[in-house]
Amino acid sequence: MQRKISLIVNNELVEVEVNPGSVLLDLLRDTLKLTGTKEGCREGDCGACTVIVGKLKNGKIKYRAINSCLYPIGNAAGKHILTIEGINTDSLNKIQKLFYDEGASQCGFCTPGFIMSLTAHLLTHNKLMYDEVVNSVAGNICRCTGYSSIKRAIKELTTEFVSNSYELDDLINKGLVPDYLPGIKERLISINELISERSECLQKHHKIIGGGTDLFVQTPEELFEHDLTFISQNDMCEINFKGNRCFLGSTVTFEMIKTSTELQQYFPMMDDYFKLVASLQIRNSATIAGNIVNASPIGGMSVILLALNASIIISNKEEKKVFHLKDLFLDYKKLNMEKDDIIEWIVFNLPNGKFNFEKVSKRRHLDIASVNSAMYIDDEEGIVKTVYISGGGVAPIPLFLKRACEFLTGKEINKENIIRTIEIAETEISPISDVRGSADYKRLLFKQLLKAHFLKFYPQQIKMGDLL
Amino acid sequence: MKNLDTEKHIKGKSLFIDDFPTPDGTLILDVFYSSVAHAKIVSVDYSEAEKLDGVKKIITAGDIIGENQIGGIIHDETLLAENEVTYIGEPIAIIAAKDKRTAHKAKSLINIKYEELPVITDPKEACEKGELIIPPRIFSCGDIYNTWDCCDYIFEDTVETGGQEHLYLETQGSIAIPVEGKKIKIISSTQGPTYVQKAVSKVLNIPMHFVEVDVLRLGGAFGGKEDQATAFGAMAGLAAYILQRPAKLVLNRHDDLVITGKRHPYISDYKIGLNKEGKILAYEVSYYQNSGACADLSTPILDRSLFHATNSYSIPNVKSTGYCCRTNLAPNTAFRGFGGPQAMFVIEAAIHKAAEEMGIDVEEIQKKNLVSEKDVTHYGQVLNNCNAQKCFNQTTDLYNYNQLKLDVKKFNSENDQYKKGIAIMPICFGISFTNSFLNQGSALIHIYTDGSVQISAAAVEMGQGVNQKLRLIAANVFSIPVELITVESTNTTRVANTSPTAASSGADLNGNAVFIACNNLLDRLINRAAEILNITDPKLISIKNGTVYISGEKTDLAWNGLIEQAYFNRVNLSSQALYTTPEIYFDKETNKGNPFAYHVYGTAVITSKVDCVRGIYNIESVKLVHDFGKSIDPVVDKGQTEGAVVQGLGWLTIEEIAHNVNGKLLSDTLSTYKVPDIYFAPDEIEIEFLEDSENRFGPLNSKAIGEPPFMYGIGGYFSIINAIKSFNPKLEINYSAPITPEKVLMSLYGK
Ligand SMILES: Cc1cc2nc3c(=O)[nH]c(=O)nc-3n(C[C@H](O)[C@H](O)[C@H](O)COP(=O)(O)OP(=O)(O)OC[C@H]3O[C@@H](n4cnc5c(N)ncnc54)[C@H](O)[C@@H]3O)c2cc1C
Ligand code: FES
Ligand code: FES
Repeated sequence: MQRKISLIVNNELVEVEVNPGSVLLDLLRDTLKLTGTKEGCREGDCGACTVIVGKLKNGKIKYRAINSCLYPIGNAAGKHILTIEGINTDSLNKIQKLFYDEGASQCGFCTPGFIMSLTAHLLTHNKLMYDEVVNSVAGNICRCTGYSSIKRAIKELTTEFVSNSYELDDLINKGLVPDYLPGIKERLISINELISERSECLQKHHKIIGGGTDLFVQTPEELFEHDLTFISQNDMCEINFKGNRCFLGSTVTFEMIKTSTELQQYFPMMDDYFKLVASLQIRNSATIAGNIVNASPIGGMSVILLALNASIIISNKEEKKVFHLKDLFLDYKKLNMEKDDIIEWIVFNLPNGKFNFEKVSKRRHLDIASVNSAMYIDDEEGIVKTVYISGGGVAPIPLFLKRACEFLTGKEINKENIIRTIEIAETEISPISDVRGSADYKRLLFKQLLKAHFLKFYPQQIKMGDLL
Repeated sequence: MKNLDTEKHIKGKSLFIDDFPTPDGTLILDVFYSSVAHAKIVSVDYSEAEKLDGVKKIITAGDIIGENQIGGIIHDETLLAENEVTYIGEPIAIIAAKDKRTAHKAKSLINIKYEELPVITDPKEACEKGELIIPPRIFSCGDIYNTWDCCDYIFEDTVETGGQEHLYLETQGSIAIPVEGKKIKIISSTQGPTYVQKAVSKVLNIPMHFVEVDVLRLGGAFGGKEDQATAFGAMAGLAAYILQRPAKLVLNRHDDLVITGKRHPYISDYKIGLNKEGKILAYEVSYYQNSGACADLSTPILDRSLFHATNSYSIPNVKSTGYCCRTNLAPNTAFRGFGGPQAMFVIEAAIHKAAEEMGIDVEEIQKKNLVSEKDVTHYGQVLNNCNAQKCFNQTTDLYNYNQLKLDVKKFNSENDQYKKGIAIMPICFGISFTNSFLNQGSALIHIYTDGSVQISAAAVEMGQGVNQKLRLIAANVFSIPVELITVESTNTTRVANTSPTAASSGADLNGNAVFIACNNLLDRLINRAAEILNITDPKLISIKNGTVYISGEKTDLAWNGLIEQAYFNRVNLSSQALYTTPEIYFDKETNKGNPFAYHVYGTAVITSKVDCVRGIYNIESVKLVHDFGKSIDPVVDKGQTEGAVVQGLGWLTIEEIAHNVNGKLLSDTLSTYKVPDIYFAPDEIEIEFLEDSENRFGPLNSKAIGEPPFMYGIGGYFSIINAIKSFNPKLEINYSAPITPEKVLMSLYGK
């Protein structure tokens, strides 16, 4: 199942015969002997394998940090990959120097990953804000330093170095990124032409790969022996607005949603919600359709979209279908979808009312939820016009709280009705005990998260004491 | 001060086991292990796996040439299981194949049949059934039984602490290369090169001088590679030796999590007696250590729990009993603190409970009972240079503890949804291996004719900065730029009979050895300089900043010139030295003695904030005064402290090792076992170096740093408990760690 794949790694054109169902990390380490990129977990949870991927779109290269351990070679075709080896110069660059001075590297195993995350941040921003830079390494685990020294290095970087806006040229002049970057675009264009010719044949195979962040954790061995279609390599990667409706292309990544300025107008807190979902590296790869189809009962996107009463547009060779997302989930990991169905679009009405997403996990960030929940509520003079409530981790599927919503619709927002809504919601859930918490805990937590929605929506009317 | 290791790390140029270029034809190994916790092996069918293209051989116990035994202290651990398996993850066979994928696939084709036997996962159950690895150990002083009657208050409780996964970012691994003449070379990620050497020699039935073990660096260890790296070195050695081909074994993360042991979970029963004023009069405690299926290092770990039963407190009547309980879990092992943290948690819980019940402040009891100069511990050691009170008082003064406490109170009175908690955590940690003979460090130093210096020592670099400290010590003795000095890999052909780099002692023992070796060389050089300069009394000669001085007057003779001349005059420019810690001894019959060279002290104040709607929390700040002695490298020491604090906090909060009743590890991936990330780490860790701390046992007056600050994390636990209490004052606290968000929420709304 080998295929010839072309890509640029650092400053070199790489053309290799390789199984497209293998991951970029193995190509870098085993084939190209670029061992600066490390393997710490192979499941997206440590960041030691972080590299930068540049994708050509509309005549520009967009760079982003990804976990190479879950990044399918099929998706790497036609891209520019930057590894630690590609950014090294004779001396230490400013980021490296700060890490050095602050002692931000102890055993050193995590360090290249941190450096790459930070470099990616520089490449994707033109101004540095401390909190955002910290967020750029939130997907990198360091077991040695306790992060204090890393935070000091970041603080120095933001305050001392580039407090004003900067351009790629500035980064190059300061030795922070290599000087061959400007030439990469032309070189990628010539490769990309080859790719588009090939995309036809890619389509014929059947296992669909989005970002691969779920599949390559679950069944990497199978993928190696399967025919694969890399749909993230194709289009459907747009966020469109028509009237009061939003169309999310199926390969839109979590991070695209998080950073969409249009969506931020409707969801002012979106950045906060998405910070709780996976890590930047994963969000840069993970697609929205992948999240829906993997049908995890705690899928963050599914829970959010359920509370937006989203619909999905599905197609296969014969037909196109549209149905409500809440009708898609049948049972644990069972979907109302045929084998050859592909999700094309996810559609929802832009909200008039209030929206909130809550998630609690053992660790606040980069952890799978114990329980999560989203709620949309539209009220007029204290009377609920529309309400959608969803919950994850409390049933075999991402759950739409039908009866609770029905009850609250048309009701006044007051203490009694909220308590009653929560009581009804409780009858709809059936959490189980597992490594993310006992059933009792999840039950209590879910009720608490519902309270949290109301406390956020109606801080004036509803106090914590009312709901105890 | 150029840190050569750091520079390579930052460029991604540092080699770890999986990065070494290996010779063509290197076989890739994978470990086939037990999937049940206790069973007789009825049959294993390797035929399908062996048929797979690219599989070279599947090696089983029957292939072992020498002894199938790798137990370090107690010989109860086979390299490969033969007839019976006693935990999930116990190695049964080694697959040697052409690549990772093939080896992994072969593993899935092995067909094994078990006859399952009863499984024990609970240490108390093991104890009841007589499954003890050694007879109970008791350390005591005074007479508790006659003291209870004198106590105004007596409290009893049972407390638990959970396990902890090391999560060194580099997983276990080794490369083995056959060498001519039936010899073998092992490149290992181990804290104990000599342990690997011994095990390989035993398994292959070849003498130790046929085995070379080389350790360049470790991608983190934390105790997890002290004993447990040995098996993987031996497996690689066995495969390479039998097949006469280089072989590499690097565990994937999942297998590493399943196969290797962790910090020991403890269940502890205590009884504490105090007078009205809060003075602790008697303390009785029993530790049920969940040791796992083999002894590993459980017995010295248990001893350290007994040593640290009273943490920083002077208690006249103590009886502490420890049980090493054999269970059907992977053998638990060394982890930063080595049993100390588990014991310290218990005494802190006892004090917390006493304070709650007596209605006085915890810190009042803590302060009233702190150890002081010349106090005698319950194991009979007189405390010299005791800095416990100094650290405690400086912490409360410097950080204005009373004000911090008032701030927390005020915050809590003004907030419904969020509550804060604050706690103080003093520490007192003994430095030395408690097995006295291990307290030896050695170094071999060469000076080359161009004046460059090369150090080999028994210490293994694993991120703790020992190499940099050794360089600085040598630079200090010679008074030459540190750039002239390198530290080589730890190699058993250059430095023999190494003690493991553990017990926080790597820099102490080997730093002192370097110190001695450098001084030997310096003596020779000074004598030579005196000859060159025609000075009769060499005492007048000194070297400063790379130049020779006579009675404080600069000469033209520089370091390189001196070395060159020394060479031409056939001066020995190499020196080997052994350092042994003086004055330590311990009687294992009476359990009394002077086991520690010295103690490390410190005190931290920890503040945390709990979200009472969601049951989540964060540690806001950790502020501490710590006794570093005279730090050799403050950047390194600060980094060790910060890292240890966060790891300690992780142990007590979000790091939860979960097993089911069948002994299966449930937290067997990084998606289910969560260690601190950058957001979890406290916003603020303030570290003050205690002034005027002397330590004649540490090189250049320094103190050991690796483990002690880990235990500040215990204060994080109590700060969270205190926050919960202010939301739910009626709560009867169940002192059990880790305090996960689940436990917090259940406590906020529980009774
Ligand atoms: C470290 C880590 C952290 C994570 N954290 C979170 C989290 O916080 N919250 C959360 O919800 N999830 C989390 N995930 C899970 C995972 O990343 C998401 O579910 C992700 O959305 C999967 O998307 P993908 O594109 O990578 O899917 P893939 O792995 O490519 O595919 C997943 C499934 O979807 C199918 N598929 C993909 N696209 C389509 C399509 N267009 N039409 C039909 N079928 C399709 C695939 O065939 C496959 O069955 C995490 C994963 C990792 C590794
Ligand atoms: S190896 Fe851990 S995230 Fe890729
Ligand atoms: S420096 Fe060791 S993991 Fe970060």
